[in-house]
Amino acid sequence: MQARRSVLRGLVALLLGAVALPAAADPSRVDLPSIALGEAASLAKAKGEGCVEPTDVIRSDHMKFLLHQRDQTVIEGIRTQHHSLKECVQCHASVDDGGEYMPIDSEGQFCESCHDYASVSLDCFDCHATRPAKRGAVGDP
Amino acid sequence: MSDEHEQPDLERRHFIGQSAAVAAAAAVVPGTILHTIAKARALDEPVSSDIRWGMLIDTTQCVTGCDACVTACNDEHGLTGQGRPETDSQWIRKVHLKDKATGKVTTLPMLCQHCEHPPCVDVCPTGASFKRADGIVLVNMHTCIGCRYCMMACPYKARSFVHEALTDQVPDTPRGKGCVDSCNFCVHRVDASDQPQTACAEACAKEGHRAIVFGNLKDPNSEIARRAKLVPSRQIRPDLDLNTGVRYEGV
Repeated sequence: MQARRSVLRGLVALLLGAVALPAAADPSRVDLPSIALGEAASLAKAKGEGCVEPTDVIRSDHMKFLLHQRDQTVIEGIRTQHHSLKECVQCHASVDDGGEYMPIDSEGQFCESCHDYASVSLDCFDCHATRPAKRGAVGDP
Repeated sequence: MSDEHEQPDLERRHFIGQSAAVAAAAAVVPGTILHTIAKARALDEPVSSDIRWGMLIDTTQCVTGCDACVTACNDEHGLTGQGRPETDSQWIRKVHLKDKATGKVTTLPMLCQHCEHPPCVDVCPTGASFKRADGIVLVNMHTCIGCRYCMMACPYKARSFVHEALTDQVPDTPRGKGCVDSCNFCVHRVDASDQPQTACAEACAKEGHRAIVFGNLKDPNSEIARRAKLVPSRQIRPDLDLNTGVRYEGV
């Protein structure tokens, strides 16, 4: 009886060890995303300027800002650049080899890289433009 | 009681009446002066009902066969057609009218009339169709569910539905599949400028016809208000009592 119990305990310990070992060796099974910051944003970062909000605030609260701002913009006509989605795209869009902006929600680009990792659907760009206005076009802020 | 006592003192009444009128005028005049020197709205201030945007269209200057306004609107807002005119988005269109008795053909651009009492706003189940404080009637795409009740309600058939997924929208005009859209008086230009011009008015002036005038109906010094005071104009379907923001001359 005593021997069987101790054998049992040993087996359980072995099993737990077998399960724990791979987890200990590989803490996250999915790689953290590498974020393509975007052309203008990378330049700003190099200069030491930040985003409109601190990074950790943006990461957790960007939807709060956008949801609040959109009501103010559409209904009241308040169009400050501070929390404007158009400004996010303007700064964070990357440029391809040909000098054209790439859509910000395409694979590997700024928004998509985190949203794909977090598995949160991104439907802003069903309606909103994924690229800034043409480079050098009138109306660029 | 004698009749004399029953008579009110008309002299006194007259004097009080005049003083009240002068006092009222004195209260109003500073207000009107303030309006005419008001500066353009700052970007972080909400729009106010001190302004009402409207349009005056001179159909005698509108040329049959010209569609500069339509092309300009399509370019400004990225309303690319799918080659299916029945379901493509159409924010402004040319309408041709023929008087049966005389044979006179009149042509005019028809667009959202930006009514003061819009039927589209009345029927919208979600409140997406709304009238902004400055008179522009808009669709809030965040709230629109695409039921198209507003399209049915509009007497001018001004609204369009987006049937297909869109890419590469114009950054100033977000639009997407499943939502209704219509002429927004180039609201991105209106909010960005002191003396805004809609794309259609600009194109018409560029063509040399100058049939479309856009401006603030509440500003007595604006071109539109001065012209509307001089020239007879009318709303289309005035019997509906919508008090449209778009008026037409010569029709």
